[in-house]
Amino acid sequence: MRQFRVAVGQIAPTLGDLEKNLALHEKMSREAIAQSANLLIFPELSLTGYFLKDQVPSVALRSDAAALHLFRELSQRIAIMVGFVEEASSHRFYNASAYFEGGEIRHIHRKVYLPTYGIFDEARYLAAGDRIRAFDAALGRMAILICEDLWHPAAPAIAAWDRAEIMICPSASPGRGLGQTGPFQNASTWERTIRTCGDLLTSYVVYANRVGYEDGACFWGGSEVVAPSGETVAKARYLEEELLLADLDPGSLRRARVANPLLRDERLDLTAREIARILQARSTDGE
Amino acid sequence: MLSLQLNCESVRKVLAGFIDNEVRKAGFHRVVVGLSGGVDSSLSAYLAAEALGPANVWGILMPYRTSSPESAAHAAMVVQALGINSLTIEITPMVDAYFGIFPDADQVRRGNKMARERMTILFDHSARLGALVLGTSNKTELLLGYGTLHGDMASAVNPLGDLYKTQVRQLSRHLGVPAVIVEKHPSADLWEGQTDEAELGFTYEEVDKVLCLLVDQRYELSELIAECRFDEKFVRAVARKVQASQYKRRLPVIAKISSRTIDRDFRYARDWGR
Repeated sequence: MRQFRVAVGQIAPTLGDLEKNLALHEKMSREAIAQSANLLIFPELSLTGYFLKDQVPSVALRSDAAALHLFRELSQRIAIMVGFVEEASSHRFYNASAYFEGGEIRHIHRKVYLPTYGIFDEARYLAAGDRIRAFDAALGRMAILICEDLWHPAAPAIAAWDRAEIMICPSASPGRGLGQTGPFQNASTWERTIRTCGDLLTSYVVYANRVGYEDGACFWGGSEVVAPSGETVAKARYLEEELLLADLDPGSLRRARVANPLLRDERLDLTAREIARILQARSTDGE
Repeated sequence: MLSLQLNCESVRKVLAGFIDNEVRKAGFHRVVVGLSGGVDSSLSAYLAAEALGPANVWGILMPYRTSSPESAAHAAMVVQALGINSLTIEITPMVDAYFGIFPDADQVRRGNKMARERMTILFDHSARLGALVLGTSNKTELLLGYGTLHGDMASAVNPLGDLYKTQVRQLSRHLGVPAVIVEKHPSADLWEGQTDEAELGFTYEEVDKVLCLLVDQRYELSELIAECRFDEKFVRAVARKVQASQYKRRLPVIAKISSRTIDRDFRYARDWGR
C-alpha cells in the first residue's frame, strides 16, 4: 500500500431520492478533494437510503448507468466508493458498493450476507452476492465488506487471506438496544468488532456508517478508521454528518505484521480440510 | 441482565434529532401537543422545545369540568418553564352535548369520548397552526393497550413510543421536568381519584420489568415464571393484555382482493422519498 489520506463521508441520504443524494455525494467529494484526500468512502446504499422495501427496483442502477458518470469523472481526481442498488442483466438486485478510480469502476462488491431478521428485510428484496475478493487499487490492496458481511468472521478472514491490506466496511446501522457509553448497544458491538478485526487480521479497517433517520430508526454514525494494531486512528461523531479524515501509513501496516505475524502463520490447508469435513458432516446429519 | 437504565444524554440527543428530522421531512417545523399535566406529555413538550425551539411548540390544555385543577396547574408549569405557546380549550360543552343524548353512558364511554374529543382538537390545530401532532404514548401503555384508539394514541410523530414508563420518568428528571410532575401517581384523570396503577392492578415498576423481558429480551412466559420467579397470574395477565390489544397498534385489517394490498404486499417506508 501507499501512504494516503482516506475520507469517510458520514452523510444522511434521502430515502429513494437519487437526484438529491447525487448532489450530496458531489458536495462531499469536492470537500474531500479540497482536504487533499486520495480516497472517499460513502456508507452502504449511500445513493438510495436504506429501508427501500418496494422502492428497490425503482432506484436500481446498472453499473454502466449514466447516473454513475459523475463518479467516473470525479475519480480522475479522487478514488471514490459509493453504495447503490445494482441491477444485474438477470434483473436481480444487489446491495452493492462500487470503487471508482482513474475514470472507471475498479471493483464492485455485492453484499453476501443479507440480514433478514429483527428490523431487517434485505433478502425479501435483494439477491445475495456470491464472492468475497480483494482487489488491487492504485492506493493498495483492498477488500469491501458491506455491513453484515463483517459480522461473519470468515468474510474478513477470507479478505485478509486474499492479501487485502485495507478492509472497507460501508454500513447503514440502525441503532438498537440501550447503550452504556455510546448512543446504542449495537454501536459498542460494532466498535469492538472493527477493532478486533483490525487487530486479528493486522489490516486497516475503514468503517463508514451513515447518520439520519428513516421511519424512526436512527443511524448512529461514529465512522472509524482502525489501524492494523487495532488502535483507532480517527473517529467521527455520533449522530451528526461529518467528513472524517485519516492518514494511512504503510509503515504501520508493516510494523503490525512484524509484531504479530498472524497472517504468515495462517493454516489455509488445515482450514480448507476442516471446512470440507464440516460440509460433509452437515450434508449427512442435515444440521 | 435486565436493565431499564437509560444513557439519558444519548437518548435525549436521539429523540430531539428524531423530532427535528421527522417533522421537517414531513414539510413542517412546528408541533402541537396536548398537555395533560402528566409526565408523558410534559416530556414530549420538553423534547420538542429542545428540537424545534419553544416558539415552534404549541401546548394545548383541554380540561373537562371534572378534570383535576392540579392537572391544569402542572401543564401551566411546563408552558411557563419552556416558554412555549399555549391555548386552553374546554371540552365540557362538546362532551356534555353528546352525552345529553346518552345520559346513561358509563365511565369508559365517557373517557374514550373525551380522549377522542381532544384528538379532534389537536388535529384541527394541526391544520390551523401548520403543526404536526406530537404523540405522548409510552411503550408500556402502547403494549398494554392502555389508551384510547384514535384518541390519545393518535399522533403524527411519537418520540416516546419506545420508552417504558419508568424510562420516561428517568429521562424527564434528566431534562428537568418539575419533580412534582415526575413523582405524582400517573392518572388518565377521567374521573376523580383515578390512577393508572389502581386501574391496571400493578405498578409500572413491576410491569416494565416483565414487558422488557418479554418483548425486548424475548423471554418465554414459562421462563419468566420458572426462572425469573414472577407471579404466574401477574405474568399471564400482562401477556393477555399485550395480545388482546394488538389491534390497537395496527392499521385496520383490509380484506385482500387484488394482487397488491396496502401494508401486505404494497410495502413502502413512511419516509418514502423523504
